[in-house]
Amino acid sequence: MTNALAKMLAERDWILADGATGTNLFNMGLASGDAPELWNVDEPDNIRTLYRNAVNAGSDLFLTNTFGGNASRMKLHGAENRVRELNRVGAALGREIADAAGRPVIVAGSVGPTGEIMAPMGSLTHELAVEMFHEQAEGLKEGGADVLWVETISAPEEYKAAAEAAGLAGMPWCGTMSFDTAGRTMMGVTSAAMAQLVTRLNTPPLAFGANCGVGASDLLRTVLGFADAGAALPLIAKGNAGIPKYHDGHIHYDGTPELMAEYAVLARDCGATIIGGCCGTMPEHLRAMRNALETHDRGPRPTLEQITAALGGFSSALDGTEAAGDAPEPRRGRGGGRRRRDA
Amino acid sequence: MSDEDDIILADLSDDELVEQMMDDLYDGLKEEIEESVNILLARGWTPYDILTKALVAGMTIVGHDFRDGILFVPEVLLAANAMKAGMFILKPLLVETGAPRMGKMVIGTVKGDIHDIGKNLVAMMMEGAGFEVVDLGINNAVEAYMEALEKEQPDILGMSALLTTTMPYMKVVIDTLVAQGKRDDYIVLVGGAPLNEEFGRAIGADAYCRDAAVAVETAKDFVARKHNQMAAH
Repeated sequence: MTNALAKMLAERDWILADGATGTNLFNMGLASGDAPELWNVDEPDNIRTLYRNAVNAGSDLFLTNTFGGNASRMKLHGAENRVRELNRVGAALGREIADAAGRPVIVAGSVGPTGEIMAPMGSLTHELAVEMFHEQAEGLKEGGADVLWVETISAPEEYKAAAEAAGLAGMPWCGTMSFDTAGRTMMGVTSAAMAQLVTRLNTPPLAFGANCGVGASDLLRTVLGFADAGAALPLIAKGNAGIPKYHDGHIHYDGTPELMAEYAVLARDCGATIIGGCCGTMPEHLRAMRNALETHDRGPRPTLEQITAALGGFSSALDGTEAAGDAPEPRRGRGGGRRRRDA
Repeated sequence: MSDEDDIILADLSDDELVEQMMDDLYDGLKEEIEESVNILLARGWTPYDILTKALVAGMTIVGHDFRDGILFVPEVLLAANAMKAGMFILKPLLVETGAPRMGKMVIGTVKGDIHDIGKNLVAMMMEGAGFEVVDLGINNAVEAYMEALEKEQPDILGMSALLTTTMPYMKVVIDTLVAQGKRDDYIVLVGGAPLNEEFGRAIGADAYCRDAAVAVETAKDFVARKHNQMAAH
């Protein structure tokens, strides 16, 4: 099959991805608590508008409205039997908009987390996770997605399950994790650990990286961590447009288009190839990012100080990639030397 | 694993055993915690002392290291699991002995939000701190919260949302409480990855809790204040 993203990666040295899905759909009237994926069928024109706005703002790649389109998530809305349909339609609407763009635009089939904890800590088995992701992947493939876009993952087990599902569907894929807890994912994965993880997969992604999380500064520190770990694959940076604020029943993210433009340029300097936004990133942000990427030359790798000076402070002093001596000491426990009496 | 590393829990003094239990909680060793709880009970400890001096104290340390980015969700889940096993033994005994109660919390993720990892952590850490927790699970409409509050009469309502698309629903619940004149009957705590203190204030919650450890500290603080207020009346 043709692999449009691999081709674009070979031809270009940066690619502008898209911005927020949820924030944009809210502005079109999506009610809090409702499943955005149902709009693929119920309000297709709104979804077309979402995609078209990203393309018109300069995105070379946009994500489909299928983030929560797995059986585990759709079950909440009694739609667990519509996974294939909702993903197919979400991708087909994307195909329609991309093909009408008049330039190459990649349709990336969004695959979000199941929301469950995987065994042995939780109840979701590897097999079931692969099955759910595979079902979603087949729907996205049928609808004409160019690539699977696994995002906002926090557990390495879930990332591996998604990789396996992409392999089963015969789809190229990209995968990002969300580093929102002291510079790591909620499950404790560091940027360095993720860079290692992708090298050990049987079906490696075309590109990997970070999305969402806490803010633009944290996200770029994570990208620097990937680079420092010797990442050979192209890197993805998709950070939030600032932090959420609440006004009159709506969520607004406080990052300005100017800030996101600075972030985009710095992301490229940090080593990211695919650069976009996440929550709160609207078309005006994307336009500013596109313009900045086109008008600025690639600069030297920024220092952490330069990042915080431009984009604000980090949410935590450390991110788990520091030398062992600098890491905080556990207050208890015996760690690896687990002593226990014989039963 | 060599023999000299083996620890015979029953051979430890009370103080050593309590120290050991804190290590075992930290390491998530469920069977060891169960055994230690039974040893202390056999030595005549009250269930309340075992709960507060060993389990709650141990989980407080886990909470601090979680808050400080030293432990992450997998380790905390293991620790909470070990704690729960100890609590399972103590719970009926605590009721029998009429031990003092910390307070009661009703908790659930809001409508549309399936992401219950954070909510579960808060529920487990709150139980670990001695609170009674009624877990409504995921995807709660405002009616479900109102019904549970009426039935359970808790001190605290906890709501969690992970997604930008579900965060605003917390305000729907709080607005309903206000409309029904019940807002001041409960301490309302909110949490979830995309939230922050400003959001918590803007929607009318009492506090935003960054993580499960902060939730426990905040809950203790508010419950103590509430009790003081009641005493002043």
